Parts: sequence; C-alpha cells; structure tokens
Amino acid sequence: MSASVKKVDAQALFRYVLRLGDLSLVLGQRLGEWVGHSPALEEDLGLANIALDLIGQARLLLSYAGEVEGRGRDEDKLAYLREQGTYLNPILAEQPNGDFGQTIVRQVLIDAFQLELYQRLAGSLDERLASIAAKSVKEVRYHLRYSAGWLVRLGDGTDESRARVQSAVDSLWPYTVELFAEDDLDSSMADSGIAPRLSEVYAAWSARLDAILAEATLQRPADRPHAWHGKRGQHSEHLGYILAEMQYLQRAYPDARW
Amino acid sequence: MEDKHQWPLYEVFVRARGGLDHKHVGSLHAADARTALGSARDLYTRRQEGVSIWVVPSKAIVASDPTETDSFFEPAKDKIYRHPTFYEIPDEVKTL
Repeated sequence: MSASVKKVDAQALFRYVLRLGDLSLVLGQRLGEWVGHSPALEEDLGLANIALDLIGQARLLLSYAGEVEGRGRDEDKLAYLREQGTYLNPILAEQPNGDFGQTIVRQVLIDAFQLELYQRLAGSLDERLASIAAKSVKEVRYHLRYSAGWLVRLGDGTDESRARVQSAVDSLWPYTVELFAEDDLDSSMADSGIAPRLSEVYAAWSARLDAILAEATLQRPADRPHAWHGKRGQHSEHLGYILAEMQYLQRAYPDARW
Repeated sequence: MEDKHQWPLYEVFVRARGGLDHKHVGSLHAADARTALGSARDLYTRRQEGVSIWVVPSKAIVASDPTETDSFFEPAKDKIYRHPTFYEIPDEVKTL
C-alpha cells in the first residue's frame, strides 16, 4: 500500500465510496421496478439481471464504505437506514423509468460512465476499490452491450421508437453533466491516486456516446450548465419515493431477516 | 408472411464446459440474432450453466416429419451388425 493512500482523510474516502455505491444502489432499485412489467419476458430477465449486478456492486461498495467510516455501519445500515440528504448518487440515477426507451437511454448514459470509470478505478492505489472495480467492469461491459444494443434498435427503428428515444436523450442529457462535474472531493481522490480524473473519464465517455448515438441515428444534445447536486446529497423528489419503497421493510421491522 | 407483432423464435444451445457438445436447452423470442444471444445469456446461463452459446433461428431448422417415422427409422432396427458389438476388446484397452 502506497504512502499517499494513508494520508487520505477517512471521511473523504467514505463519501467518495458512498457516491459510487449509491449510484449502483439507486439505479439497481429503479431497474427492479421493471420486474413483471417489461415489454417481453426476455427483457424482464435482462433488466433484472442488470439490476442484480448493480445491487451486488452496491453491497461491495457500501460494505467497504462502512469499514472506512469505522462507526459500525454495515451495508444494510447504509442502504436502508439513511436519510435522503445523505445519499450521494448523481440525480440521473433516480430519474423515473418512463417508457422502455427512457429506461434504456438512462442505462446507456450510466453504463458508459461506469465502464470508463471502473476501467480506470481498477488501477486505483486503493486496493479494495481496485478489486471491486475489476470485478464490476466485466458486469458493466455486458450492461452497455445490452443497453446500447437496444438504443441502436430503437433509434434506428420505427418513427415512433426513434422519436421516443430522441426525446428521452434530450430530457436526460442535462443530468449527465453532474457525472463529470469534479468537485473538491473528486479532486482530492484524483490527487491521491485513488480515483481517475473525471475530465479523462468524460473524454472517453463522450467518444463512446458519439459512436453509439451515431449508430442509433440520434442527435447529441448540446451541453448546458448544470444545477444538480445529488453527489452532495441534494436530490429530486423522485429519490424520496424510491427510498420509501426500498426502506419500508427495514423501517417497519428493524433488523428483519429471512 | 411473418407475424410483425411477435419477435421471431430462436433455439438456444449451450455448451456446459470446454470439450462438451452444445446441447439444446430451450427457445426464446428475440428481435434479431444479437439480442437473441443476449437474452439466451440472461435466461439460460444465470447459474453458470455454460461457457458458449449458439442461437439458431427456429425457422432455419429442418425437422424430420413425425408421420414418416416408420420409413425414416424402422429400417435401421434389424441391422444389428452396424453396432460394433462383435469385436473382442483387448484387456489393455481401458477407455473404450
């Protein structure tokens, strides 16, 4: 373990790992809402598989976050017993499923982000994060194969499917700015060799999205200044509904097990 | 005329381990071959059942006709000399 890692403030590392874990947790929970409602049985299982991969990533990340924090909170306590303002996922993850096309667009945007992030995080000086990223990158590569495959089929599909996914791209695009907005926490993680520079992740993500959108014959919207701060705990109303459903059981029956 | 409201059917074959044959495990509906492969992975290899998948459009399979079973398969019945059961196997051969 390198000396630079030891200097990292535990509270900062805790918050950084929470950001990663909450992104997977909230998106996984969102995708889970499709179970039993997908357009076809095959897609029902496809989306559920991705959701379970994401929940698995969240478990690894939140467990690690709890250890870093050192206050005895495990993955369950962090997932089920936190208040909305302490969730640090970017706002994009909590956006509603909408129609199948909107879910696919949200998925492409985040899959490509996680893929580029995890690929680089696999070389992190933090060995635990590096190993979680190395495991997760294989899952995420498949997620993007699934989501980008569908985006191409819907975009380069019928007039209606194309109009629907273009509208989803237009409405979700502004939220992507937050993914790459590097704040003090992101900078300090990059400075310590724990995380990659978000500008580097953005360049790779951007090139990947250009290629996918071109194949899907969709237009890339212009970037606009962002005012989203999910990474700092400021969320849309959507997260409250997700947490209400997700946390209900642990709140109603504390420490319930089965 | 193909039914435009139903995705075409694909047959799924999975190889459990290197060296084994691909075995037919089931079928699924998919918009095209690439998504069929993805769905086959999600439906049939969730519990580590395989290391390789084939998907084949069901309509590409030409099957024998059940009403022709007699003429297709009966004639082989009385040709027991085709089974290699008349050879003496040397003791040194262990793995036959």
